[in-house]
Amino acid sequence: MQLTSTAIETEIYQPDHQRLLEELGEVRLREWVMKMALIRSFEEKAEDLFARGLVHGTMHLSIGQEAVAIGASSAMQPGDYLLNHHRGHGHCLAWGSDVNLMMAEFLGKETGYCRGRGGSMHIANVEMNNLGANGIVAGGIPISVGVGLSIKMRGTRQVCLTIFGDGAANTGAFHESLNMASIWNLPVIYLCENNQYAMSMPIQKAIKIQHIGQRACAYGIAGVTVDGNDALAVYDAVRTAAERARNGEGPTLVEAITYRWKGHSKSDRQAYRTREEVKEWQARDPIRRLAQLIKMDEAEYEEIFKKAQATIEEAVAFANASPEPDVSTIMEGVYA
Amino acid sequence: MREITYVEAIREALFQKMSEDKTVFIIGEDVGIYGGAFGATAGLIQQFGEERVIDTPISEAGIAGACIGAALTGFRPVGEIQFMDFVTLSMEQLVLQAAKIRFMFGGKAKVPFVLRMPGGSGTGAAAQHSESLENWFVHVPGLKVVMPSTPYDAKGLLIASIEDDNPVIFVEHKLLYKVKGPVPEEMYRVPLSKSNVVRQGKDLTIVATSIMVQRALQAAEQLAKEGIDVEIIDPRTLRPLDDEPILESVVKTGKVLIVHEAVKMGGFGGEIAARIAESTAFDYLEAPIRRLGGLDIPIPYNRKLEYHAVPQVENIVEEARNLVALRV
Ligand SMILES: Cc1ncc(C[n+]2csc(CCOP(=O)(O)OP(=O)(O)O)c2C)c(N)n1
Ligand SMILES: [Mg+2]
Repeated sequence: MQLTSTAIETEIYQPDHQRLLEELGEVRLREWVMKMALIRSFEEKAEDLFARGLVHGTMHLSIGQEAVAIGASSAMQPGDYLLNHHRGHGHCLAWGSDVNLMMAEFLGKETGYCRGRGGSMHIANVEMNNLGANGIVAGGIPISVGVGLSIKMRGTRQVCLTIFGDGAANTGAFHESLNMASIWNLPVIYLCENNQYAMSMPIQKAIKIQHIGQRACAYGIAGVTVDGNDALAVYDAVRTAAERARNGEGPTLVEAITYRWKGHSKSDRQAYRTREEVKEWQARDPIRRLAQLIKMDEAEYEEIFKKAQATIEEAVAFANASPEPDVSTIMEGVYA
Repeated sequence: MREITYVEAIREALFQKMSEDKTVFIIGEDVGIYGGAFGATAGLIQQFGEERVIDTPISEAGIAGACIGAALTGFRPVGEIQFMDFVTLSMEQLVLQAAKIRFMFGGKAKVPFVLRMPGGSGTGAAAQHSESLENWFVHVPGLKVVMPSTPYDAKGLLIASIEDDNPVIFVEHKLLYKVKGPVPEEMYRVPLSKSNVVRQGKDLTIVATSIMVQRALQAAEQLAKEGIDVEIIDPRTLRPLDDEPILESVVKTGKVLIVHEAVKMGGFGGEIAARIAESTAFDYLEAPIRRLGGLDIPIPYNRKLEYHAVPQVENIVEEARNLVALRV
């Protein structure tokens, strides 16, 4: 007998852009650009506040990854669930969360989504079925199994979108969860936002297969790898996965390949990669790319960013004017 | 003596042990080129290469298991868990495997490794990055639990832990990493299971662990100005515990305050209190045993709430004052 490794080659999925452009229409895609600009502006402001010593804690910026957030959220329907991870500001905004309440949470205020108790890594918006970001890598993935099971038992047509990083795909939790979702045919989308690094660990060193999307075959579920800087490609894949889930066809693993422009968190010298590599990816700016696709002119593009920045300034003003949690309330909220 | 920081002391211990003993290696997340989330392993990959400073995927159970397997077969691994919180993912390997293997095998195997991890709050990292879980391990026979409070102890205890033939949970504190103190350049050992009388005094005994030793020392300075003379004891190794110096001190002072950052309920302070209550030192108590620990809540994100969630210098001062004023 001869044994060899059996790598399954998969192509990166190429969507039909023309069809998607026609289907979504310019008006809607212009809104996508606006939302992506809002996400970018939120992140830039977060970084700025941090640099000025106005934030106590840490943060994980998603600059350069905005296409994943907008493409995926836009493919979901009201009532669907979201579970995401520590690099989650973008997903939360794309899901339709209030930027004021997010900024207030980031700045630890009583008016924030989590009353200042959770902070950047733990923003949830339960009213919108956003079940929260997570400080634990892969912490949300097993929870998706329960959400999927609950949807199935309640007999609704909801779907659970679960977003996590490339690093999370190498945890035991990932394996257990995808297998359970598979055998029970759960309506869950596993969206791996592969920004090619888990902190300092490059994806090439962390896995020996070509794409994380290939792992779907190990669980007997559908899987696809897309260009995560192409909002339309992400949308196409997640929408298809959502349709499958709604039709009782079970979970899908979607891998979106993108790139983190900034350091992992507040203190990262980025000794593990070159400036050239970062520049190369910055040239593939997902926001510009979508704007070009709908032939938006430069003046409008700049105007959109100005507006986004103004919205963010208002959010900061709201947060600054908000009270801090009162120390007398410190024991609240542990038990229901 | 030369002064270096707590994190530098840890790095020096790792460097010196790795230079001396080829069976020592480092394994964990981002311990290589990144140098560890808090810089404890910075520069070591350049010195010892990828074979002995091993970056892993995000796999805490795997890291613990790799330490156990290598330890069983002749190595002395030093694993790093990036934040103590994530050791919850290693629990099965540590509690059900590492702690039990020697006993279950009738004493015919040993599992000599160290798992380093930073605990504690104070950096605004919120509920899932600020845990103080040391007492989970204190409950497990077969494990050793070490918690250095100074750069000197960090180096000496880490060397002793690496040389120990048992699994050692080595709990560092994020806020101590930048604290400076005198540390000899040469190798030395601080023996495990030997409590340290950090400060001598006659009015009150404070038993404190990790960063609370530093806070107790600051409190003692203030209390000294009020004429209150505090004795401070740092157990350093929580399991197996050397309780003799604590009991002796209580006999001397008649009053005891126990301080740790971990949530008070189910915390290490309960064990200390029980040991005193069960011993003849009980007869010498002139006031109830008191404990200060973390509030019964997860660590909040907001800076002010975070500050109030765990004992601070002023809480220790106030509690000590009240205790000294008590007469029974
Ligand atoms: C269980 C666990 N281990 C380690 C960490 C520390 N940590 C936080 S984010 C991160 C890297 C995550 O990489 P990835 O999943 O690719 O997400 P990205 O940060 O790239 O968005 C690590 C190691 C953690 N939060 N949880
Ligand atoms: Mg990543």
